[in-house]
Amino acid sequence: MTATTASPSVPVAVEGGPLVLGIETSCDETGVGIVRGTTLLANVISSSMDEHARYGGVVPEVAARAHLEAMEPALRAALAEAGVGLDELDAIAVTSGPGLAGALMVGVGAAKALALAAGKPLYAVNHLVGHVGADVLREDGSDLELPTVALLVSGGHTSLLHVRDLVDDVELLGETIDDAAGEAFDKVARLLGLPYPGGPQIDRAAVGGDPTAIRFPRGLTLPKDRAAHRYDFSFSGLKTAVARWVERHEAEGGAVPVADVAASFREAVADVLLTKALAACADLGVPRLLLGGGVVANARVRELATERCAAAGVELRIPPLSLCTDNGAMIAALGAQLVSRGRAPSPLDFGADSTLPVTQVQAV
Amino acid sequence: MILAIDTSAGSAVAVVDRDGGVLAECTVADTRRHAEVVGVLIDEALRAAGVAPTELSAVVAGVGPGPFTGLRVGIVAARAFAFGAGVPCLSVGSHDAVAFERLSGAAGRSVSEAGGRLDEPLVVVTDARRREVAWSAWAGLDDDGLPVRVAGPALVRPADLDEATGASSSSPRTDPDATVVSAGALGMLAERLFEHGRAFAADEPLYLREPDVTPSAGPKKVGR
Ligand SMILES: [Zn+2]
Repeated sequence: MTATTASPSVPVAVEGGPLVLGIETSCDETGVGIVRGTTLLANVISSSMDEHARYGGVVPEVAARAHLEAMEPALRAALAEAGVGLDELDAIAVTSGPGLAGALMVGVGAAKALALAAGKPLYAVNHLVGHVGADVLREDGSDLELPTVALLVSGGHTSLLHVRDLVDDVELLGETIDDAAGEAFDKVARLLGLPYPGGPQIDRAAVGGDPTAIRFPRGLTLPKDRAAHRYDFSFSGLKTAVARWVERHEAEGGAVPVADVAASFREAVADVLLTKALAACADLGVPRLLLGGGVVANARVRELATERCAAAGVELRIPPLSLCTDNGAMIAALGAQLVSRGRAPSPLDFGADSTLPVTQVQAV
Repeated sequence: MILAIDTSAGSAVAVVDRDGGVLAECTVADTRRHAEVVGVLIDEALRAAGVAPTELSAVVAGVGPGPFTGLRVGIVAARAFAFGAGVPCLSVGSHDAVAFERLSGAAGRSVSEAGGRLDEPLVVVTDARRREVAWSAWAGLDDDGLPVRVAGPALVRPADLDEATGASSSSPRTDPDATVVSAGALGMLAERLFEHGRAFAADEPLYLREPDVTPSAGPKKVGR
């Protein structure tokens, strides 16, 4: 069996940038986006979140089943939204990792078949770098300046990257060693009796709460941890601390001050995320921080990022929220960067790689 | 011409033609690398057959039963290819293809010689993982040369297979360890369904198992 590419024709210079369709299925969102260079044309997202709600978290098999059912309608809707035909595309891009293996495979299988049927080159790209790539789609037209530190936080990942070049120079500074930050939001919401997904629920519950009421632990920030885990995160201890605090409080017969617990928990997460991100900016001498991932939707995370970055003289970039959560447009945007730089398409035999490292922007 | 894809066991892709038969069939027996190989197999089958996507009249997906993760790759690939080529995607049971291949090709006689009928019982058995097999029972071929299903598909432990199928272990049965379902047979069965105006399967994967989940039981105590 030989590894052939979907099509040998690689568009190089295309007016307005290459027209690329991106497919994203790494977690519970089936995303299909279309961009022309750095211009967003369509961003269709079909989420299976409601189906996961009764389980209190993303169930991989449920997500993968939903991707299969959502794929063709999402492709159809994205092309209609962009007002382009498949034949007009210059390339197709797909997330090949990291993410949930069974979920990734649905996108990979679909993208390969679509590329072959339409005769288009196919680019397998890195989901995390895709979150950074989303920034090029900002409508204000300001260019993403590099290098930048990128803090990517969602229910599936919590990663700190040093991005020197979007296409071929990305370094992982640190990541969570246990739960993702978004998972911590879900788990704490659950123990406060709030529904899934936890992020928006905690945000709502925290209104009027005192963020300094309870001093929850900041994972991996003690001097002894900082040596080995300077840029790594840990949220499982925080989740346990909240659970213990709530239990103790209940045992003492008091009503749980939900607003204070939510606000204090949220503060602990936002604090540790931004302390580490800004430490990276300072250590590396990089005056830019880019946020990505669904947890960016959290009001306090955004607010604290704005405050801390201003104080530190760091430029803060947050892509529009619809491009922060997992989506196909960011994958298309990264694919368009690869095409513009004259990269060859990925070989047809790449697989889904649930642990694809960020140093691999494109699976080759 | 039809492009047929089945990943219910290993991965198989074929290009078939009603009159010309199976023009090309490419397979990989590995039951864990569906996402890696599906594109290469589609590409190779089309090249070997010398057929362009625009020449196809339909794509056929084998909808199982089969282990979830791999099964889905072939179905989504079939749907996406059909979408990309602007042709319909149709579903055919993977066991139907196995029964069709065995009943119309086996026993050393063609269907036409047998007067369009082959009254031979068959139990199709495929691996379903987790110490279970998927089975279906077939009575033979009908007047159109199409396999007649009498039971299944369903899951059972191998030890309970005789009881479930009501057949003795000496009656004709397919090999549960077979690693590929023929995409050529799947495609030719689809051609015959078309020819006789018969119904295709529902556009749903035959998972036969609910997702492996335990609904949240509320907050757990963590203790001190
Ligand atoms: Zn993400």
